[in-house]
Amino acid sequence: MEIEITEEDLAVILNDVLDIHGYDFTSYARASLTRRINRLIMLDKFPSVAEFRYKIRSDEFYLKRFVEEITVNVTEMFRDPQFYKVLREEVIPTIATKPFIRIWHAGCASGEEVYSMAILMHQANLLHKTLIYATDINPDVIDTAQRGIYPSAILPLSQENYLQTGGHGDLNGYYTAKYDHIIFNEELRKKIIFATHNLVSDSSFNEFQLILCRNVLIYFDKNLQNKVFHLFDQSLEDLGYLALGAKETLKFSGISSKYRQLGKERIWSKIK
Amino acid sequence: MEQNKITEVKSKLVIIGGSAGSLEVLLQILPHLHVDVPPIVVILHRRTDSESPLIDVLEMRTKLRVKEVEEKEPVKQGWIYVAPANYHVLFEHDQTFALDDSEKVNHSRPSIDVGFQSAAEVYRDGVTGILLSGANADGTEGFRKIQEHGGVTIAQNPETAEISYMPAQAIHHHTADRVADAEGIVAIINSL
Repeated sequence: MEIEITEEDLAVILNDVLDIHGYDFTSYARASLTRRINRLIMLDKFPSVAEFRYKIRSDEFYLKRFVEEITVNVTEMFRDPQFYKVLREEVIPTIATKPFIRIWHAGCASGEEVYSMAILMHQANLLHKTLIYATDINPDVIDTAQRGIYPSAILPLSQENYLQTGGHGDLNGYYTAKYDHIIFNEELRKKIIFATHNLVSDSSFNEFQLILCRNVLIYFDKNLQNKVFHLFDQSLEDLGYLALGAKETLKFSGISSKYRQLGKERIWSKIK
Repeated sequence: MEQNKITEVKSKLVIIGGSAGSLEVLLQILPHLHVDVPPIVVILHRRTDSESPLIDVLEMRTKLRVKEVEEKEPVKQGWIYVAPANYHVLFEHDQTFALDDSEKVNHSRPSIDVGFQSAAEVYRDGVTGILLSGANADGTEGFRKIQEHGGVTIAQNPETAEISYMPAQAIHHHTADRVADAEGIVAIINSL
């Protein structure tokens, strides 16, 4: 019989994680979090919720695994190509006039979309004056992203998505292949600063012309969503852009009156 | 006298899963549904193109209103909700939707199993699960969860399914309480 944690179990586990380790997941949306924890309990074959709880309380290493497994790290290069096409054709030409371009990718997971962004900036001849800050709550995925090494198996889909963004030729000028892996060029990597950042507890750290945060907010409850929207608002220059995931919206947030949506895309520009 | 049982209004939910060959069945079922049926959630395996005309196609065949699921919106009577491509559909205990873009399950996102299981946890014995035509085993495990929580599971009669594998899997694993063709499914939903 599989274990299904109750709402009370969940509350106890989240309190432990906060009290003992300082990670605050208490404002994460419950349905997804519950599913991730049930999945982890099954994957790691815990016989009971009590033993799972004990492990989390007492084992710092296991806590790392907990954070890694309950946050969702699904991503791909040029994910939702149409979105990247709009970035390429409408957003990048607008921010191009700035003497120095700062981009924040919040919740970047293993980084494929960060390299995608860097490639777009390179193709617009803007990479030399661009700095991309790529952050995630999860130290392990940041480590992966920073190394810039991925299995070659990502290439067919990456290439297909890339062409759909209006890109020409192929991506192979941007990486070196070794055995069954690729590593992205130093030219891209040196323009990206990777760091851990927790949207729940950490504050604004710079001002940006573009902030991307895709498929992160769906995992937060409404209060936390609103809090994060304010954090982004504080971190965006006037006329800067905020880009969200395909099913996320600014519409019902406290900052919506200051933003205008770009057509149907999940991209908003700050108008005051 | 069990007084609280008399006053309690139980929330009901119809959740329909389908894969290859299921759209045709759905289009046979929808025109005959009454407007007072419980909220209906449809999870179809579909191509990942975001510009899918699925909503429009369904809307033309029903008196109910049709929309794609949005995260955190309340589940309401009078609506047919369609799972968006590339997201699992989950339910919060306050009967609002949640979307989740985690790993595919049964090579599928949305996964029928994931939607069925979450519906069972929130709506418990108020769930009626329906599994239509398809070439994938998605849905069988979700049916088991619906049964465990006291809900009812109905598999499309494999003989009437364009691709019998999906409903046949559920029947084979004894997770289908009933087997029905499109007409029978209409009658069951209208009686809820």
